[in-house]
Amino acid sequence: MSAKPDQPYLLRKHKTEEWIGRGYTTICVMFLIVIIISIVYFVASKGITTFTKDGVSVSEFLFGTRWSPDDNHFGAFPFIYGSFLTSLLAAAIASPLSICAALFMTEIVPTWGKKLLQPVIELLAGIPSVVYGFIGLSILVPVLRDTFPGQGIGVAAGAIVLSIMILPTITSIATDALSSLPRNLKEASYGLGSTRWQTIKGVVLPTVMPSILTGVVLGMARAFGEALAVQMVIGNAPHVPSSLFESASTLTSVITLNMSNTVMGTAQNNALWSMALILLLMTFVFIFVVRLLERRHRL
Amino acid sequence: MKLKKTFLTVLTLAFTLSLTACGTKDTATTDSNTSGTDKPALSGSILASGSTALQPLVDQVGKKFMDKNSGVSIQVQGGGSGTGLTQVSGGQVQIGNSDVFASEKIKDEAAAKALVDHQVAVVAIAAVTNPEVGVKSLTKQQLVDIFTGKITNWKEVQGKDVKIAIINRPSSSGTRATFEKFALGTKTEDLKGSIQEDSSGTVKKLVTETPGAIGYLALSYIDDKVTALQYDGVDANVDNVISGKYPVWAYEHMYTKGEPDASTKAFLDYFMTDEVQNGDITELGYIPFSKMQVKRDVEGNVTK
Repeated sequence: MSAKPDQPYLLRKHKTEEWIGRGYTTICVMFLIVIIISIVYFVASKGITTFTKDGVSVSEFLFGTRWSPDDNHFGAFPFIYGSFLTSLLAAAIASPLSICAALFMTEIVPTWGKKLLQPVIELLAGIPSVVYGFIGLSILVPVLRDTFPGQGIGVAAGAIVLSIMILPTITSIATDALSSLPRNLKEASYGLGSTRWQTIKGVVLPTVMPSILTGVVLGMARAFGEALAVQMVIGNAPHVPSSLFESASTLTSVITLNMSNTVMGTAQNNALWSMALILLLMTFVFIFVVRLLERRHRL
Repeated sequence: MKLKKTFLTVLTLAFTLSLTACGTKDTATTDSNTSGTDKPALSGSILASGSTALQPLVDQVGKKFMDKNSGVSIQVQGGGSGTGLTQVSGGQVQIGNSDVFASEKIKDEAAAKALVDHQVAVVAIAAVTNPEVGVKSLTKQQLVDIFTGKITNWKEVQGKDVKIAIINRPSSSGTRATFEKFALGTKTEDLKGSIQEDSSGTVKKLVTETPGAIGYLALSYIDDKVTALQYDGVDANVDNVISGKYPVWAYEHMYTKGEPDASTKAFLDYFMTDEVQNGDITELGYIPFSKMQVKRDVEGNVTK
């Protein structure tokens, strides 16, 4: 950088600052991009070996129901099914609760509702997942065992624990969306003589629906990727469960259970990496859906 | 305001630097420990990783060894038997801890042969049930029938009329491999509806709480909250394991790649001293290797 001698001192100083700032941020961004690309490359290259080296067909892996690594059967369908089932159920349980909580905070009692609920929800988000898992195992599982057939452990327990874990995600996104809603929309509705309930139902909810759905999808993405808490309460049997109160597995739980016990490069270890690849691809799908929703929202 | 910012930056930098300093420390060697003995002082760093069942023992013995040899630094990590074997094979760690023989986990024969086995302790596993089921002893055949799903109610084996709930381990678990090999004598399929947990703590909790539950635990985890079953009429206890009457046990292995270097060898030799075998090993609930009256090879053949 050769500043011309006739340039005033301040201008030179500001130009240097600009240059340093630009350089520093560029390095940070490069670093992020390199990390992301190497993670994707690593997981993909490990995950593909199941199909290229160990000779498992993609369709057997995705749709086979028999998981028995000792006999070379690598059907991962029970885990994929378990992951989708638990995260969908969790979203189904958590969404109504979160949306109602968000409405309560913004529309119904905006004065003290937000002051009281906001810290509570932030606290929920900060509890480590192992604590959720342990509470689920110690309190939820015995309750389910006494009330329903089966051993308490199973998809239902996993979905309930997950639903509590994703409550904060959905609630905070829904709250943000609701509070950024322009005042004039609501006032127009009141001006036409609608009650508060009619305003919420006819104006507020339809307007913010895409944002709320974004929250639900992000919540599902979190539920899909959660490992520890689910693993503790779901039972981990590698089978498609025939009831909600029967032991089942998710992609994450089978990975955490077996990854440390298998040796790198063996067929079973590679199959676990393939499941990690599926998880990664699902994350991309979730992000894609969120992008789509955001675009619809803007139009 | 500006001063505060500078202060914060300096703090951050100092913190980062001190962390970096930690990272390089473990390769530093000191040679100040001669302390009167004529042996040359040991120095260097030993990294061990692997089996979580063996980790507490290696950790405790490692600390004692470091007190005696200040030039040596020992770090013990968990990660599971598979991780330990992978890392020792790849040369990332000096010692790989494992619950099973390396040849059972590593399919590549050359890689398995390059590892040298050091057996330090023995862990015995017993079938345990919820105390409510009213069964004290099972034969091998009854256990096989239960874990393969042929027997589904405790009344079929003279217990109460309670459905059997199996608390199993994941198929890759070393504990499960030992139990299947020496108690059942056969590999079992994962039954629909069976529960699988990897940690012994969780298995114990579930066996204690679930009516009709059966699982298996290392002897050190067993107390009066669960019933340890007799196996073919033999009590699962340390004496019966030592004399070879009770067959469900396995070695705890510490693998090195090739012959260990001086300090690693000294550390492994330290495990075989009476001080550790009769002290730490017994204290932490393992069975001393040196006391075993029977030996067993990879194929499971027992010799006196």
